[in-house]
Amino acid sequence: MSFDIENYLKDQNRNNVILFYKGNVDSDIINHILDTVEDKLVEVNEQPRLRKRVYNVLVESLQNLYHHVDKVPEDFEDQKSEKFGMLLVQKVNSGYKIITGNFVRADNVEKLEEKIKRINRSSHEEIKELYKFILNHQRISAKGGGGLGLVDIARKTGNKLEYTFKEYNDKYSFFYLDILVNEEILT
Amino acid sequence: MEPIIIEGTPKTPTVKFDAAQGVFEIKGRSIPENSVEFYKPIVDWLDTYKESPLTKTVVNIRLEYFNTSSSKCILDVFKKLEAIHKAKNEVEVNWYYEEDDEDMLEAGEDYESIIRVPFKMIEIVE
Repeated sequence: MSFDIENYLKDQNRNNVILFYKGNVDSDIINHILDTVEDKLVEVNEQPRLRKRVYNVLVESLQNLYHHVDKVPEDFEDQKSEKFGMLLVQKVNSGYKIITGNFVRADNVEKLEEKIKRINRSSHEEIKELYKFILNHQRISAKGGGGLGLVDIARKTGNKLEYTFKEYNDKYSFFYLDILVNEEILT
Repeated sequence: MEPIIIEGTPKTPTVKFDAAQGVFEIKGRSIPENSVEFYKPIVDWLDTYKESPLTKTVVNIRLEYFNTSSSKCILDVFKKLEAIHKAKNEVEVNWYYEEDDEDMLEAGEDYESIIRVPFKMIEIVE
């Protein structure tokens, strides 16, 4: 069976899906997704603090895709999308789930996983310090990212970054990042 | 020196830097994909201003959202202000945050801990 990247999302509980997108992640799409989700959060009268947190995390997740996705594999069905990514935003009991998916070249997997592991073994206080350190010492990369996106997501949510790498072929993996944004953050 | 005035958009803030009054304001949302491109003219303008600043400069930051790539550019703006302050001019930063927006307050405190310029944290109560 060929690898189906949507299975992962299909297996999730699809109730209360606010938005699902797959395709090219360009600036216009990012605007559109942000507007749609923001309107929905206002519509359901979500409390301001949680609404802002969801919005912030969504901005960082989408711009992480925009700045960092690797080119799709040669045999992948969607060759038109220069920056292919997937996004699911879902209401869950304690808050909101934001799940992103994108291709990562095999030789970039280890570096990304190391970065996530480093964040996940840090306390909230350490993450705050790490954020400030990167803010003050790291230049914006050629790709346009500040290297702060994942750290900011961990800081804003107070939760560990859940993730999976699914091997696509020997050159590529598909990376899922599963973010929970809930009301109270543990400090 | 001509003021710098940039109208806000859904992804970029309103910017009004008035050299004659010594009052600078950044207001709204700062979430562009390419923040360096947006902030470069502002940072360049500050380079000129810092050659002959007023004895007192007041900076009002009223951001609703900003992304991490803007956070570095905003730090660059503050670094220019720090240089003005270091040259024995008065610089005051008013960091506004909406009621209960602890994340925005913390963001202001991050800058306050990095930049040697007096900050005032001001809660906007509706």
